[in-house]
Amino acid sequence: MIHSLFLINCSGDIFLEKHWKSVVSQSVCDYFFEAQEKAADVENVPPVISTPHHYLISIYRDKLFFVSVIQTEVPPLFVIEFLHRVADTFQDYFGECSEAAIKDNVVIVYELLEEMLDNGFPLATESNILKELIKPPTILRSVVNSITGSSNVGDTLPTGQLSNIPWRRAGVKYTNNEAYFDVVEEIDAIIDKSGSTVFAEIQGVIDACIKLSGMPDLSLSFMNPRLLDDVSFHPCIRFKRWESERVLSFIPPDGNFRLISYRVSSQNLVAIPVYVKHCISFKENSACGRFDITIGPKQNMGKTIEGITVTVHMPKVVLNMNLTPTQGSYTFDPVTKKVLTWDVGKITPQKLPSLKGLVNLQSGAPKPEENPSLNIQFKIQQLAISGLKVNRLDMYGEKYKPFKGVKYVTKAGKFQVRT
Amino acid sequence: MSSNSFAYSEQSGGGEATELGQEATSTISPSGAFGLFSSDLKKNEDLKQMLESSKDSAKLDAMKRIVGMMAKGKNASELFPAVVKNVASKNIEIKKLVYVYLVRHAEEQQDLALLSISTFQRALKDPNQLIRASALRVLSSIRVPIIVPIMMLAIKEAAADLSPYVRKNAAHAIQKLYSLDPEQKEMLIEVIEKLLKDKSTLVAGSVVMAFEEVCPDRIDLIHKNYRKLCNLLVDVEEWGQVVIIHMLTRYARTQFVSPWTEDEGLENNEKNFYESDDEEKEKTDKRKKPYVMDPDHRLLIRNTKPLLQSRNAAVVMAVAQLFWHISPKSEAGIISKSLVRLLRSNREVQYIVLQNIATMSIQRKGMFEPYLKSFYVRSTDPTMIKTLKLEILTNLANEANISTLLREFQTYVKSQDKQFAAATIQAIGRCATNISEVTDTCLNGLVCLLSNRDEIVVAESVVVIKKLLQMQPAQHGEIIKHMAKLLDSITVPVARASILWLIGENCERVPKIAPDVLRKMAKSFTSEDDLVKLQILNLGAKLYLTNSRQTKLLTQYILNLGKYDQNYDIRDRTRFIRQLIVPNERSGALSKYAKKIFLAQKPAPLLESPFKDRDHFQLGTLSHTLNTKATGYLELSNWPEVAPDPSVRNVEVIELAKEWTPAGKTKKETPSKKFYSESEEEGSSSDSNSDSESESGSKSGEQSEEGNSSDDSSEDSSSESGSGSESEVENQRTAKKNSKNKRKSDSEDGEKEHEKSKTSESSNAESSSVEESSSDSETESESDSASESRKVTKEKEKTRQDRNPVPKDVSLLDLDDFNLVSTPVALPMPALRPSLIADLEGLNLSASSAVINVSTPVFVPMKTHVMLHRMSGKGLAAHYYFPRQPCIFGDKMVSVQVTLNNTTDRKIENIHIGEKKLPTGMQMHVFNPIESLEPEGSITVSMGIDFCDSTQTASFQLCTKDDCFNVSIQPPVGELLLPVAMSEKDFKKEQGMLTGMNETSTIIIAAPQNFTPPVILQKIVNVANVGVVPSGQDNIHRYEELKFQAL
Repeated sequence: MIHSLFLINCSGDIFLEKHWKSVVSQSVCDYFFEAQEKAADVENVPPVISTPHHYLISIYRDKLFFVSVIQTEVPPLFVIEFLHRVADTFQDYFGECSEAAIKDNVVIVYELLEEMLDNGFPLATESNILKELIKPPTILRSVVNSITGSSNVGDTLPTGQLSNIPWRRAGVKYTNNEAYFDVVEEIDAIIDKSGSTVFAEIQGVIDACIKLSGMPDLSLSFMNPRLLDDVSFHPCIRFKRWESERVLSFIPPDGNFRLISYRVSSQNLVAIPVYVKHCISFKENSACGRFDITIGPKQNMGKTIEGITVTVHMPKVVLNMNLTPTQGSYTFDPVTKKVLTWDVGKITPQKLPSLKGLVNLQSGAPKPEENPSLNIQFKIQQLAISGLKVNRLDMYGEKYKPFKGVKYVTKAGKFQVRT
Repeated sequence: MSSNSFAYSEQSGGGEATELGQEATSTISPSGAFGLFSSDLKKNEDLKQMLESSKDSAKLDAMKRIVGMMAKGKNASELFPAVVKNVASKNIEIKKLVYVYLVRHAEEQQDLALLSISTFQRALKDPNQLIRASALRVLSSIRVPIIVPIMMLAIKEAAADLSPYVRKNAAHAIQKLYSLDPEQKEMLIEVIEKLLKDKSTLVAGSVVMAFEEVCPDRIDLIHKNYRKLCNLLVDVEEWGQVVIIHMLTRYARTQFVSPWTEDEGLENNEKNFYESDDEEKEKTDKRKKPYVMDPDHRLLIRNTKPLLQSRNAAVVMAVAQLFWHISPKSEAGIISKSLVRLLRSNREVQYIVLQNIATMSIQRKGMFEPYLKSFYVRSTDPTMIKTLKLEILTNLANEANISTLLREFQTYVKSQDKQFAAATIQAIGRCATNISEVTDTCLNGLVCLLSNRDEIVVAESVVVIKKLLQMQPAQHGEIIKHMAKLLDSITVPVARASILWLIGENCERVPKIAPDVLRKMAKSFTSEDDLVKLQILNLGAKLYLTNSRQTKLLTQYILNLGKYDQNYDIRDRTRFIRQLIVPNERSGALSKYAKKIFLAQKPAPLLESPFKDRDHFQLGTLSHTLNTKATGYLELSNWPEVAPDPSVRNVEVIELAKEWTPAGKTKKETPSKKFYSESEEEGSSSDSNSDSESESGSKSGEQSEEGNSSDDSSEDSSSESGSGSESEVENQRTAKKNSKNKRKSDSEDGEKEHEKSKTSESSNAESSSVEESSSDSETESESDSASESRKVTKEKEKTRQDRNPVPKDVSLLDLDDFNLVSTPVALPMPALRPSLIADLEGLNLSASSAVINVSTPVFVPMKTHVMLHRMSGKGLAAHYYFPRQPCIFGDKMVSVQVTLNNTTDRKIENIHIGEKKLPTGMQMHVFNPIESLEPEGSITVSMGIDFCDSTQTASFQLCTKDDCFNVSIQPPVGELLLPVAMSEKDFKKEQGMLTGMNETSTIIIAAPQNFTPPVILQKIVNVANVGVVPSGQDNIHRYEELKFQAL
């Protein structure tokens, strides 16, 4: 399956390579660089590239390319999913998935990659098992290790790999037993010029942080489970219980993990918490244009909308922008990407934030065909916009009383206003 | 750690230049690299010393640095002897790093690598399974041909190890050994065969992977393990699931007959791409027999379905392609929701999923139509995602949604991403050709785009318009004139060339303009682009041939200009045209045909999806993504015409007993199976029972020579009808299988024929009552055409009805009938196959409201209501009653059975539902028109009506060929309810959650002496479809009710 893996940074240096079968020369990456050049920007590099003797399947994550070399037919998603799992693991171990972090921990990275694949076929990808095998680095441990010469490799044998709940490591022990759930909902929407909703959908996830001793068996129930239209589960969830009772019943992995992700059916009307009034115009045959946007709260369920950021990809002919915000600050990158970012902050209904001013255009160039669309980010604490509510969490199998908590957040996902 | 990385980065900083040099040369001659490495030699000396030191910390440090070098791609092979000595180190981390080094470099230093082998051999005997496993892992990863026999031995031993983890590693080792020495294939297949029998979920994925790599053609190895694999699937780790599902897809395509019946094909209206000619023939043969799905085929589909909910995109895609390739078309619809979910994922996942959806949406538009808006493009999507989304939107375009789509496209056309804007114009062109209603609108829109400022947009528009006009040239003289005028302003060469070509082609339709255009072009000829010049020459030639009086001189002038052009293509063309059109003494016979050559009818270009030709690849594969056959791609075979003997999948008695109740696994395994046969299904159990009965009946007729299979199916049906409790079913099944196997063992091995006839006999005896009619129908239908066979089925129904006049049965048969004719579009599930009804019901419910556990109606009143009296209906009488069955047409609908009687003495033809006058919100699923009703005949049909929880009347017209009668159905409130099984506690809870407006009351009159619970129950269920809640208190009875709409 997966033959080799190359990690490549943005400037095109191959800074790590790992082979699971015989060695494939780095020169195979030339095909990748060629495709990268053709694609102009990183987002458009095709994930699957065919070369005379190999196939390259790559992902782009955190400014790094993970390029895997494949020799025979394999479902491409299999490889893509695995590569993302590798990146997730790095993230999990080093706090970030960056070139520096990987280079600093090159030995751990190598050990991890060795355990994750055997002969190109995934072996141990569950973070709980991996952490039993190879301990994640901490500052304390690296200091101690450098003095005593002890190692990062776990000396216990990974028994989790053998059990029928491979996602949970054995012998977990905490003094404070706690279970936290974050219900995070994102609104994906396209709003058209006139302010009406072209498309809106709620995508949610429940992320859990579970620190419970022993083998707890949890069941989480909702007040209104029928809202969840399409759900995907962590393997720990008993599918049958969900189908029959709409209860999430599971023995959790230890630590942080994503319990479910779901979509709220698009039949339900999605509340759009903000509205944008906009007036962007470029005058014909003149070197300037007007730019005026105002943001206001709409169906916000009485909660404060915060963390608002507006990003606009301005057309290429825009030379500079002279704007005044009533609130927050803005930046405009006139050179490379022509991106306007306005960091608004909170909305106070008494005084709606607005950003007004002039746009300088390249003189002589034709005026842009289309007004740019506005990408909006926001956050509403303590609210799940779909109305999803966790009813209760029960624990079986252990005697202690855990501390439980649920947090709700609504965010803008891919929220776009066409102007 | 940190100090180590320091040292490492120092070193890498210094060696940057040499490293680059090495990279360049290493491809040419690996030995050359050694020379270049000499500058590092000192460092390596240093490492060697560290490795030889007695302190573990120094060794570890050295190993870490070596790993760092390997990660960089530097050659560290000269350290091999020093490193390999540490293979037996006590320190686990050193050991691990040595392993990493060994696996990487052993190939280059084969002799030295042998030194380490004995260590592994010893470890292979270690009492700890994990050490055994890791020893096998490293041993098999060392690519040294000499140790092949040792590896083979180790694998064989490990395959018989007690620990499943070691066996898993053995499965991995098989692939490694195979790639090292393909000659071991036969021996390895033996090991694979053995491991395939393994019942551990840990092993399953790995061994199937080995099977796929070593001997994918040995499908016979799978037979005996097929059912086991299906049942284990949910518990296998996610990567293994992907591999197993792909393998089982291939398996199913070789072992089962096609579930894609003709009806479905019709409904599908697009030509099914798997059909080659001979398959077509096969279909016509088969059409006459009712299709019955092999229970094993069903098993696979059923057990993979829950995996659509996996978090792993690869698993979801694998299940999706399985449904696409092997499930009946009516069931494949469920995958679209899950695939659309994947679109929220990373860019790469989106890319692959969209590609697959693009291929699917060409053939089965309906699947993704409800999700149309999910494919709307965002300006922040990368271009490749945008174009794929656009592709899908274009595929999904139809008369109903085209106006919305075109509005959406208008936004895209203005996109700053010009490449995407151009693709949108192409898409508009394709919509215009596919949907004739909008051709003109699109054309006008495109003409408007001609005044766009962006050259790419204009050029693309011109090209698309050119293609559109070419398809229907007659009507568009105006547009051609308009485009001719544009010639003054447009500068893009492609666009100019396209316009000129268009004028040339249609020069007879625009006789005034064409010569004028030529005149203008002659003036600017020298300054035009080469592309345009060629088209000017063409235009000149065409005009010369049609209108030589006006253009002779002009053309000659242009030809003269062309003769001295710088570009030799143009000079060539000029020479060629001159010879062809200008008559002179040297011109041969060809010039006579000049007109035919230049003004021949040119076929209109086909505006097709670029995904049209991808369909011959299995979805989800690398080959599909690349659209070329990748190395090692395994072709998906066509369905066999006749199913191979299904009995090969039967497993021996002893193993079977184990398999169905594996120790300790029982709890885990049952969910996957039980899951779908839940009480929802029970609600309609009577339906499905009689269904499967009829199926097994017809099957035994059809395949009487395959005794075993019919035996199987009749077993299944009987066990299903037995009761809902799964364990019981299982017991029964096992028992039956046992008995069958006994039967088998009775007969001698060699006499297969004999044995078969024996089994078939016994199976015949088992299902003899049904068989008569079905075998009848079969012989008849074989001689008749398809439409006839429908009639036959009806006849069959009638005979059934006579024998067995239970109304339920009638409803089922009706359904049968309903399936044979084409299905109306309004259906939520495109087509319902009788055998699947039970499943689909489960599906419907699970999709919207799985909490609700619909229980069987306690009592079904036989009270019928008059819909149409025979006097007012001119002899046609209609009665209806509520069968209290969950409605199959939609979970919000109430099922209504309508019995139609013909009291006249002549045939009543074409009975159907006419105009519906429904209150808003109400929906009705009508029965299919009845072709004719014999005098004194009677027929029962089922309808579904969504009363919106109200007792409003549903009025509609019941029409015959000649008359229309206004009729209406008003439901008693009790019939709008659905009984639900729940505990008393839940009931109270639910009751608490009910808000106002949900109450309805009736007074039940009962004589005091009759005031006993059973009597009251009887009275209540008579008027309302409710169930009983088990109650702790004696004097209170709770009747649950659940409104349809409240779901």
